[in-house]
Amino acid sequence: MIFEVFRQEKKGQAFQHAGSVEAPDAAFADAWAREQYGRRGESVALWLVPRSAVHEVSDWADEFDLKYRRVDGYSIKTRLAEARLRASAKRQQPAA
Amino acid sequence: MDSRTEEFLAYVQGGGQAEAGDWLPDEYRQKLIKFIEMHANSELMGVLPERDWILRAPTLQRKLALTAKVQDEVGHAQLIYRVAEDLGKPRDAMLSDLISGKAKFHNVFHYPTRTWGDVGVIAWLVDAAAIISQKALLKCSYAPYARIMKKICWEESFHILHGRDVILAMMTGTDAQRELVQEALNRWWAPLMQFHGNPIPRDEDPMWVWRIKSQGNEDARQQFLEGYVPQIWELGLTVPDPKLRRTDDGVWEYTEPDWDELRAVVTGHGPSSQERLAFRKRFLDQEKWVRETLAA
Repeated sequence: MIFEVFRQEKKGQAFQHAGSVEAPDAAFADAWAREQYGRRGESVALWLVPRSAVHEVSDWADEFDLKYRRVDGYSIKTRLAEARLRASAKRQQPAA
Repeated sequence: MDSRTEEFLAYVQGGGQAEAGDWLPDEYRQKLIKFIEMHANSELMGVLPERDWILRAPTLQRKLALTAKVQDEVGHAQLIYRVAEDLGKPRDAMLSDLISGKAKFHNVFHYPTRTWGDVGVIAWLVDAAAIISQKALLKCSYAPYARIMKKICWEESFHILHGRDVILAMMTGTDAQRELVQEALNRWWAPLMQFHGNPIPRDEDPMWVWRIKSQGNEDARQQFLEGYVPQIWELGLTVPDPKLRRTDDGVWEYTEPDWDELRAVVTGHGPSSQERLAFRKRFLDQEKWVRETLAA
């Protein structure tokens, strides 16, 4: 069985993927991962996750153009420049 | 090259990284396996020269440190074999290719360790040369390999310190001890200069083209010379190369390493190649029952 190993360097930090160990069961995976990823006190905790339990999502459809949900969906700079130009042009030419 | 492969090549050349589950061009996968397998073999075989000195280490502290280093290196082999297995080559096949001589391991692990001076030179300078190669893998286009390299480089930094400490203890000791270090350096200099490989241009090196490593062979050797020759000199040691010098523009000149010797050594014709392979085979056979019991 292959176990993916995630390690946490300090309490409160995110667990990061470090590598994997192959072991017949969780007890052996525990022993080997401790040796590989913790014997110098470099991790405060480990997560051992059977690879088969990982459900990966990596296909991101964007058929509906969801730009409005993101920062890059708004072109403030161009619009603001246009608006400023317009306002100053108006100030220079008082209403006829 | 088909368009999908071209696209992948452009992706990795632009700094992109691939994960274990991604589609990989066949050529890339094969190159990766070969490279990673040799790296793992080198870690596994690399402990044998040092193992010889565990029982003969001069103090208990040195014995413990050397044992810890050997454990680290075998651990690196385990991690690296794991990465190669995910790329599709089973561990059994890698170990049997190692034993039969079909797969290679680094030149420096084909030589004997004659004295405790050799142990110091290996831990200091061989590990220093190796860490330069390994740092060039931290940005490897194959991300699982790059990730384990972080841990490996971190542990190698202890080994260099351990090696420097061994050397400094001897250099501040008696004349006989200083002589042991100088003799060891004389023996190891040629293999060290061959270690990073022949100076093929970066763009002709498939490992660079696929961004498996991030520097060319000669860049690595120059980095080694720049970093370590001054440290060797400051201890009063002599580098056994009369042509060695640093030019005004910061490039190191040296006697052309013997590339035929390098080729012969890595194809199993080094002074200790066959003895080390026989040793590894004996233990693989002897411990077969452990692997079988665990797998059952």
